[in-house]
Amino acid sequence: MDSQHTSRRSLLALAVATPLTVGALASCGSSGPGAAKAGEATIWYLSGAPQETIRQNAVDAFNKANPDGKLSVTLFQNDAYKTKIKTAIGANQAPTIIWTWGGGGLKSYADAGQVEDLTSWFGENPDLKKKLFATAFPAGSVGDKIYAMPCETVSPIVLFTNKAIFKQVGVSEPTTWEEVMALVPKFNAAGIAPFSLGGQSRWTNMMWLEFMFDRVGGPEVFEAVFNGEANAWSNPASLQALKMIQDLVKANGFINGFQSITADSNADQALLYTGKAAMMLHGAWTYGSMKSDGGDFVSKGNLGYMNFPSVSGGKGDPSNTVGNPSSYLAISSKATAEQKDIAKKYFKEGLLTDAENEAWIKSGSVPIVNGIDSKLGASDDADWLKFVYDTAANAANFAQSWDQALSPTAAEELLNNIEQLFGLAITPEQFATNMNAVIGK
Amino acid sequence: MSAVSVGSVTPSRTGQITPSRTGRKTGSLAWLVVPALVMFVGFGIIPLIGVVVLSFTNWDGIGAITPAGFANWGSVLTDPALPHALWVTFLVMFLSWAVQTPLSILLGVFISGHQKYRAALAVLYFLPLLLSSAAIAIAYKALLDPNFGLGAGLGLPFLSQNWLGRPALAMGVVIFIVSWQFIPFHSLIYQGGVRQIPKSMYEAAEIDGAGRVRQFFSMTLPQLKNTIITSSTLMIVGSLTFFDLIFVLTGGGPSDATRVLALDMYLRGFRGSLMGPASVIATILVIIGLVLALILQRLGGRGGATSQLEGA
Repeated sequence: MDSQHTSRRSLLALAVATPLTVGALASCGSSGPGAAKAGEATIWYLSGAPQETIRQNAVDAFNKANPDGKLSVTLFQNDAYKTKIKTAIGANQAPTIIWTWGGGGLKSYADAGQVEDLTSWFGENPDLKKKLFATAFPAGSVGDKIYAMPCETVSPIVLFTNKAIFKQVGVSEPTTWEEVMALVPKFNAAGIAPFSLGGQSRWTNMMWLEFMFDRVGGPEVFEAVFNGEANAWSNPASLQALKMIQDLVKANGFINGFQSITADSNADQALLYTGKAAMMLHGAWTYGSMKSDGGDFVSKGNLGYMNFPSVSGGKGDPSNTVGNPSSYLAISSKATAEQKDIAKKYFKEGLLTDAENEAWIKSGSVPIVNGIDSKLGASDDADWLKFVYDTAANAANFAQSWDQALSPTAAEELLNNIEQLFGLAITPEQFATNMNAVIGK
Repeated sequence: MSAVSVGSVTPSRTGQITPSRTGRKTGSLAWLVVPALVMFVGFGIIPLIGVVVLSFTNWDGIGAITPAGFANWGSVLTDPALPHALWVTFLVMFLSWAVQTPLSILLGVFISGHQKYRAALAVLYFLPLLLSSAAIAIAYKALLDPNFGLGAGLGLPFLSQNWLGRPALAMGVVIFIVSWQFIPFHSLIYQGGVRQIPKSMYEAAEIDGAGRVRQFFSMTLPQLKNTIITSSTLMIVGSLTFFDLIFVLTGGGPSDATRVLALDMYLRGFRGSLMGPASVIATILVIIGLVLALILQRLGGRGGATSQLEGA
């Protein structure tokens, strides 16, 4: 009796425990609002002011003009979107129009046959192709096929400064890495963090590596990684750049607690405009939110901006920049013919219209439309816009953000290792070894 | 969490009662199991089989699935990240159990009294239970922000630590928030347990001259034995799958200090597009969960068969 009793208990225990474990595991997945009604195409965009409003307005205007072929918008937060879209595509629940950063992510969609080949469509619409920055197309292509339409704005990564703080401490803006390192103790002595950084988001730290690699070794260093050359991360220039970053961390170059700060909350920008940090390396897209959230910080002319300082003895051209050449929209190959037609019509007629361009310029961004520089002068932010335009147009090399250029697997490993590098948990050599292991994956 | 818990409180109780009663009506009542069984097979067993199958394949979540043999198992089991994730998982499990259990018992005993002010306090204690983990994580993240959080707002420098940026502090914060969130739930279980202890026992103890402390340790605690096992099972198996809170709060960081197994699984699978290795970890999680639950049931086993409740 007793033994029978025990086995029954064990069985019961098993029955209890399994749903506990399995239930909790299963709840991690979720289904998206990807499926659309007939005659309606869907589009997923990133949320966040001021871009969100411009995106929404563009769709609203398109829907007004096309009452029988509507688009419905769903907005997602940046970091959440990166996994959401992947899951949705894998589950055949993708929206008709997929917003992407291009590069490695787009390649994985294209390899799986999940996105439309737009090469011939662009062939039929040469005017549209000519209208857009030619530099925007490579990251939207895989091989010689175009899989996504470049859209929205060009966003180089820029070194922002708080001019008021520089005046207060009595120092001038740095033009070389040596000057940067010399500024660090001066700001720390004044009780101001030299650099703001949203370190928990990880890709924020990565922007530092992108520039250091370029300035020390030139764009070839990362291109070797991108092209899958063995042990490309162990390049001496790569190790030197990694060491220089760690030197900056060790010198308290970044704000205390940077590992706890996320970029999604814009807290890193707040540190700059509230004067808690003197400088910040960030995407050009942050200008708009600093302008809207920073009170009179931008309007009073306290926001300084420049390309990343040069490194003496480094190989990289100081005009080089990194960032997002543009944003991209791809069409799901699983969408119905009707939905694809709506999407293509939106690409042709609804995107980068005069109204949208004006809105982008007003928000402090440069749309990727040729000849747009003639319209920048009339804006309140003319100086800034001209700076962004020149940075993008005059760059000897415009490298795409690494996490977008690499495959998702390599990008995730990269971000993990970058976090540990900034946390001083691994040495440059360990970083290189870890990353060499995922080259070409 | 809450949906899981409702179902699991009962079995350890019915586990004692059923054997004596089922003898008579087993056959005619078997169909009662069907709805639960269908759900369980559909949403538990079948996905579980899917995960095990996936663990022997390569899949990026988007493209074609190709067989990989034991390659994923080999790479995950030799990956130094696995022992670390296991260590973090068990650390979270142990610490959250060690913090929650004593506090829950004390609170449970306290709110089991029928005084009005205790009932009022009990309502307040339950508030964290009404909030979702994600909301709690976002709120705490804002409060703990070293530059704009509680410390800066109140002008208390000692609150302006790099809470989520230092490994030991981040772990402490996770344990604190988990406890804050789940102690109300476990107090509720203990409250029920304490209220089932017959009053007559306490009256007898008082006549024998036992003080309050003595009563607590010699009567309340032993009488709560089965409740403790139930509550511990929930805590331990539950903490094995802690995900949402840590994901939103620290994302597994700083570095990998709070990267528990469930989070490791998610990050590998959905961020790194490595569904095969992620499925290996999922399978390991299921196995650990089952083993732990069985051990806990065994611990309560022998003596548990003879109820200590009066009249049972």
